Amino acid sequence: MKRKKWNFTPLQIAAHLGSLIPLAFILWDIATGNFGVDPIRDFTLRTGKTALVLLLLSLACTPVNTLFKFKQVLKLRRPLGLYSFFYASIHFAIFIGVDYYFDFTLIQSALLEKRYAIVGLTTGLILLALAVTSTIGWQRRLKKNWKKLHKLTYLAGILAVVHYIWLVKQGVLDPWYFAAILLLLLTLRIPAIRKAITTKRART
Amino acid sequence: MEKPGEHTKTVFGPRFTSSISKEEFVTLILEKAHTQKQKSQSKACWLKVIPKVRNTKSTQSKTGHKGKIMKIKSVPVKSSEITPKETYLSRRDFLKQMGIVTAGAALLAACGAPADDMPASPVDPNLPTAEAAPAPPDELTDHEAVINYNNYYEFTTDKERVATLAEDFISSPWTVEVSGMVNNPKTYGVEDLLANFTQEERIYRMRCVEAWSMVIPWNGFTLASLLKEVEPTSDAKYVRFETLADPDQMPGLKNGLYPWPYQEGLRLDEAYNDLTLLATGLYGEALPGQNGAPIRLVVPWKYGFKSIKSIVKIELTDEQPATMWETIAPNEYGFYANVNPGVDHPRWSQASERRIGELKRRPTLMFNGYAEEVAHLYEGMDLTKSY
Ligand code: HEM
Repeated sequence: MKRKKWNFTPLQIAAHLGSLIPLAFILWDIATGNFGVDPIRDFTLRTGKTALVLLLLSLACTPVNTLFKFKQVLKLRRPLGLYSFFYASIHFAIFIGVDYYFDFTLIQSALLEKRYAIVGLTTGLILLALAVTSTIGWQRRLKKNWKKLHKLTYLAGILAVVHYIWLVKQGVLDPWYFAAILLLLLTLRIPAIRKAITTKRART
Repeated sequence: MEKPGEHTKTVFGPRFTSSISKEEFVTLILEKAHTQKQKSQSKACWLKVIPKVRNTKSTQSKTGHKGKIMKIKSVPVKSSEITPKETYLSRRDFLKQMGIVTAGAALLAACGAPADDMPASPVDPNLPTAEAAPAPPDELTDHEAVINYNNYYEFTTDKERVATLAEDFISSPWTVEVSGMVNNPKTYGVEDLLANFTQEERIYRMRCVEAWSMVIPWNGFTLASLLKEVEPTSDAKYVRFETLADPDQMPGLKNGLYPWPYQEGLRLDEAYNDLTLLATGLYGEALPGQNGAPIRLVVPWKYGFKSIKSIVKIELTDEQPATMWETIAPNEYGFYANVNPGVDHPRWSQASERRIGELKRRPTLMFNGYAEEVAHLYEGMDLTKSY
């Protein structure tokens, strides 16, 4: 990749703005005291949900390009992934610092003994590794391994959905909608299917 | 009556006993009872304490401090613990003032055994005693929060949307069918229940299995008083409860993953416990739809889902009833569902909880702080297995 000046496409600008809107809403609600009945849980859920949505959007870029030959979206993968990590970090910080008030005995039982939380933590660590190595410098340094490493995004997506599935009560369907979307996105990446789509598109 | 946030913050009964002398306490209750013309005389424990009261009454001054906001500690204090003078005084002030705690709640306190002759809590050794640090004071949870944060899946799984969906819930006319192993089966109209049974105010902690909690002033009558009237037969061992399931009014029933109607159950001795309440109101007003209008169970030492809402059926049986959550996820929700900081839910650590309206978590108390009243029910049971 060559070094560029500040020339963002409208799509990129939209992605940045769109990713920041949930944060703006959260800050606005904090500033105006517009809290729910349990604000800590409220902000935990909102940041978690935003992190998941952005992660799935980041994962959607490649399939969108496959389907519609819309190369521009590929540039969104990195910022969307980074924003996902950003919201996941706030999500985690609220959990540790606000919800559990740095009480490490409680955190230990709430974080390390609960499968949903272990999965969330794993997701967070993967996102951390991906964020750190997202720079061009690391891309160069890792060469071919960079691509392999960043395949972990799929795993992060799967684990984030598992985290969600495991934290809701039986009969709550919301995470399964995300699971369905994720499944669709992953299916579109299966090489054979991908090929079928591109050849079909080439013919029409 | 009061604006939210402006009402006098108070605490409920069962924990006072050890911090002021019983005589004083009872006097205060009696004064209050006279002014309130409470009709609780039918209570055995009430009658028992009256003679003591007369003797000490003269020593009490009646100066109240109206309008002042008092805080009071509600701590599972041991008799050996010394109450700091300030707390002691504010406790007395508070009791004199009795802004919200009515004779009903106080009565409850008086009924509890006095701290002096209580043996060290009769809880199994396999239970965590969650003692150590005294719990922070309990204050009533804001009325708005109580009526806008509800787990009522017949409407929706979104706690903050139940109130809107339950706005037009029709809770009158309403009947409760009491049947099964009883000598006097009967279908009661809610108005009969209100008229025939002594209504009390009880201020209880409510601990949700999701690790949040509230303090709610309920109005209602004891389940025991109803059971006495219908007379369970000697075969009856359990009480089964059932919630209304009306698809026209309850959009959540469309979720076919739950085995509607909602069902809950208690062992007969749990049902007879004096803490077990059939609530018909909260904060002095009729129960709103979202809180389980017109009549619901309140079992304060168990996780909130045991306190079944909008009851249409009460059945006495000799078999342990299948409860809804236990049916769906037996590894997560047991029949007993006693609040127990030592037994975690697979998802939520139960060691601590967030009191709605507070930021910092507080330690969860064994039996939600009601060990003195209920621990004996579970003597000899392994509560890690019977969770
Ligand atoms: C880093 C460690 C993490 C911890 C300790 C953690 C913890 C939590 C907690 C406590 C909740 C709320 C559960 C509840 O109250 O019902 C939650 C919800 C959630 N988290 Fe996490 N989480 C972590 C990482 C992540 C990551 C990396 C993602 C996504 C990329 C994520 C996505 C979500 C989602 C989608 C929800 C549910 C939101 C909703 O119900 O609307 N979490 N998480």
